Amino acid sequence: MARQNPGILYCYCKFARIIPNEVKTGVLERLAGSDLDFDAVPDLCEMSARKDPRLAEVAPGSKVIACYPRAVQGLFHSAGHPLPAGVEILNMRAGTADEIVQSILPAGAAA
Amino acid sequence: MTVTAQGSVPAGVIAALLEKGYRVAREAAAEPSVRVNGKAWPAPPGAGAAVAAEVDAYVRGDAPVPAAAWKPWFPVIDYKRCTNCMQCLSFCLFDVYGVSGTGQIEVRNQTNCKTDCPACSRVCPEVAIMFPKYRHGPINGDAVSADDVRREAMKVDISALLGGDIYSLLRDRSEKAKSRFSKERDDERALKERQNCLVTMGKALGVPAEVLASLPSVEEIQAKAEAARQRAEEARKLAGQS
Repeated sequence: MARQNPGILYCYCKFARIIPNEVKTGVLERLAGSDLDFDAVPDLCEMSARKDPRLAEVAPGSKVIACYPRAVQGLFHSAGHPLPAGVEILNMRAGTADEIVQSILPAGAAA
Repeated sequence: MTVTAQGSVPAGVIAALLEKGYRVAREAAAEPSVRVNGKAWPAPPGAGAAVAAEVDAYVRGDAPVPAAAWKPWFPVIDYKRCTNCMQCLSFCLFDVYGVSGTGQIEVRNQTNCKTDCPACSRVCPEVAIMFPKYRHGPINGDAVSADDVRREAMKVDISALLGGDIYSLLRDRSEKAKSRFSKERDDERALKERQNCLVTMGKALGVPAEVLASLPSVEEIQAKAEAARQRAEEARKLAGQS
C-alpha cells in the first residue's frame, strides 16, 4: 500500500479473541469476495510494538478496519507513524460485519 | 513476509495465512491464486489451511517452526488526554515507561509489560492509558465518558486507594514484619499479611496473580520508585523549559 494511494487495511487481531469472530470473519469473507484490493495484517498491535515502517504507508482517505479509533490512532502514534488526517477507522469491536462492509463496499455491492 | 492473494482467494486461505503471521496483500485479478516470490499456488474454494501450510513450508524451508509469539500486550498513550503527570512512570515497576528527549512520557519497553495487567491505566488520572486488547472500556480505547473521568479522579491518589502511599505501605509492612519476627517469629503470619496486601492490590487494580508473584523485593521497589521520581522530576523540568 503506497502512501499516495488510499486503500483498505484490515487487522486480523491474531493474538486476542476480543473481536467477535462473526464480525472478524464476516468482514474478511466479504472483502475476499469483492473486487477490492486490500491489505490484511495479522495484528496491528504487534506491528506497532515493532514500529513497523509499513504503518507509515497508510494514506489519507484510507480505511483501517480494526478496533476502537482511539486505540488505533494511539498504536500508529506509538509506532512513530501518526495516522494522517482523513483516514477512516472502522471498529470491529462495536460494529456488525454488515455495518462495516457497507462503509467500504460501493453501494449495491455490500449485500 | 507479505503474501499476495490474487483474485477471489477464499477468506479461509487469507485467514490461515494471517494465523501463521503472514501479511496478505489482496489484488483483484482473474484466477484465484496465492503468490510468494513469483511462485504461485492455486486457491480454490475449500482450500484454506492446506494452502497456508504449503506457503509456510515454502517460505520457511528447513527453518524450525518459531516458538510461540509474544502476545502484544502493552500500554498505548492517548496524547490528546495525557498531561505528562508521570504517574504511570512512577507506578510501573517493570520499566515499561520512559521519557523522551523533550521530556514527554512514552512507552519505551513494551515487552517488559506484564500480559493482562492493566494496572497503570487504572492509576492514570486522565484515562489516557489504553490497552487495546483489554476487554472493557475505556481501557480498551472506547470513548471516555464523564463518569470514567470522575471515577479515575477518585482513584488517582493511590494512597487513598490503599490506605497510605504504596511504597510507605510496603515499607511499613516490612518494618512491622521485622518487628513481629523479633517478637513472635511468626513467619506464616507475616507471609499471610503480605499475601493479603497483594490480594487487596490485585483486586483494586486488576493485577493478575502471576504479576503480583513476580514483584521485586521491597528494597528494589523503593529504589525503583526513587529512580522514577528523579526521572519524572527531570522530565518535568525539561518539559517546562521547552
